[in-house]
Amino acid sequence: MSKEILKVENVGMRFNLMEKKVDNFKEYVIKFIKNELRYQEFWALKDVSFTVNKGDRLGILGLNGAGKSTLLKIIAGVLKASEGNLTVKGKIVPLLELGAGFDRQYTGVENIYLYGAVLGYPKELIKEKFNEIVEFSELGDFIHVPVKNYSSGMKARLGFSIATVMEPEILILDEVLSVGDAKFRKKSEKRILEMFDKGITVLFVSHSIEQVRRICNRAIILDKGTLVADGPVEEICKLYEEKFIGAEKASSKPKKKKKKKKKPATEENATNTEAKTDTAAEDKDKIVTKNETEEEK
Amino acid sequence: MDRAIKNFKKYRYLLFELTKKNIKLKYRRSYLGILWTLLEPILTTIVLTLVFIGIRKKNDATFPVYILTGRLLYSFFSQSTKQAMKSIRSNSGMIKKVYVPKYIYPLSNILSSYIISMISMIVLFGAMIIFKVYPTVYIFNAIIPLFLILVLSLGMGLILATLAVFFRDMEYLWDVALMMIMYTSAIFYDASSVGAQWIFYFNPIYHIIINFRNCIYGHSLDPQALFISAAYSFASLLIGILLFYKKQDKFILNI
Repeated sequence: MSKEILKVENVGMRFNLMEKKVDNFKEYVIKFIKNELRYQEFWALKDVSFTVNKGDRLGILGLNGAGKSTLLKIIAGVLKASEGNLTVKGKIVPLLELGAGFDRQYTGVENIYLYGAVLGYPKELIKEKFNEIVEFSELGDFIHVPVKNYSSGMKARLGFSIATVMEPEILILDEVLSVGDAKFRKKSEKRILEMFDKGITVLFVSHSIEQVRRICNRAIILDKGTLVADGPVEEICKLYEEKFIGAEKASSKPKKKKKKKKKPATEENATNTEAKTDTAAEDKDKIVTKNETEEEK
Repeated sequence: MDRAIKNFKKYRYLLFELTKKNIKLKYRRSYLGILWTLLEPILTTIVLTLVFIGIRKKNDATFPVYILTGRLLYSFFSQSTKQAMKSIRSNSGMIKKVYVPKYIYPLSNILSSYIISMISMIVLFGAMIIFKVYPTVYIFNAIIPLFLILVLSLGMGLILATLAVFFRDMEYLWDVALMMIMYTSAIFYDASSVGAQWIFYFNPIYHIIINFRNCIYGHSLDPQALFISAAYSFASLLIGILLFYKKQDKFILNI
């Protein structure tokens, strides 16, 4: 279980923000001659390091603009980090915006092969899993209809089915479990939980802390591009709720919350010490009990 | 290098799928479908023949074959480079989300255009029979110009795809450049009737067409034209690969 599958070392991502976007040749030449090509540096990520072991289910928390999506894009290989190292052992499947990779004019059947190829799977494997994909997506005869006529829910279902049926080693989930109707959402969550039993590694981004608690066993918090906390999911979620969500409330009502704000500071020290895998099992129990109490409510 | 080959092997099925998609979708929803690959060159050749046969001084019974040989190669070059140029931008949705070797996009566009052009060659064979330009042994040499134009298109496609990501103007500039290439390719006139011969040295397509015509009309390859076209083709491929590899990590920040 403790085999390292993903290692992020001192990763930083720098963007050059031009004050005015230059995307045509005339402007570029003029600005180049005038020596006005100035960039403003912006670090979306700075010195982020962590490792993920096989079977870990890592939740990534952070406010908007904290660098979560940038981090996932770097891990997925879409973006290249400006500095630092990234080691990935295994097949990554990103589930970012389901169905975004489809061709609108292609039918569902054709898109299964196309999307499978985009994810880097050989034809034989896609053929083998074809029936399973169609079945899970519940599209029925609509599978022969061009995707442009699909509803967004149908597209999401098909995308989810293709990406998960192939059993990747690392699955990246970016806010995707909130699509589809309640029934499919349950089904997809069940699917992901099943994959956990097979030892899949998951990187999960969500603004719903409940979902993170339910799915992950470990979590990190990003704030303005830096890693501020890393530890078991329960502690981190609590910290996040208090420090970030609470902090916003506190700033609007500064007097009442001041006392509470001091608390997490001591807790932060505790969670900053790295999570150990043997605590993960305990956490799992915690999550289950937490769920039950919530459902009772 | 070793890793690049491994990666290519992994994604060759994607290359196949994307090439298939380009061909499939090109004629989907048109009633005549794939027949258009044959009809389009037939119709343009008829138009060009009718327009230019009066302008030409000497009477040439095989003039449609002359036009077709030039026209087929030029239209492959213009279509494939135009598509390759737009390929990065038009696939930006995919590029932003999933890792795929990026050259797959321009490459698949070039390949699909090439396959469609090869189907169009049926028209040329038909015209050769109708206008009694019977093939000789030299027709096997045609592989050389046909290969060179593929290399040239690939090289230019990679260069243009890279430039078009950073400067949208390339799409308009290239349209103008293509027009210049067309008029200096001797598609529907005799190159010898042009005073300023130096102009042809700037046009690799002209040299490829010359040799392709030699093969069709049963002459041997022109060594000078062969040298010039090969130099242009491999130079553009080399520049294209280097430029593309150097800049590809920045694509995502600009699309």
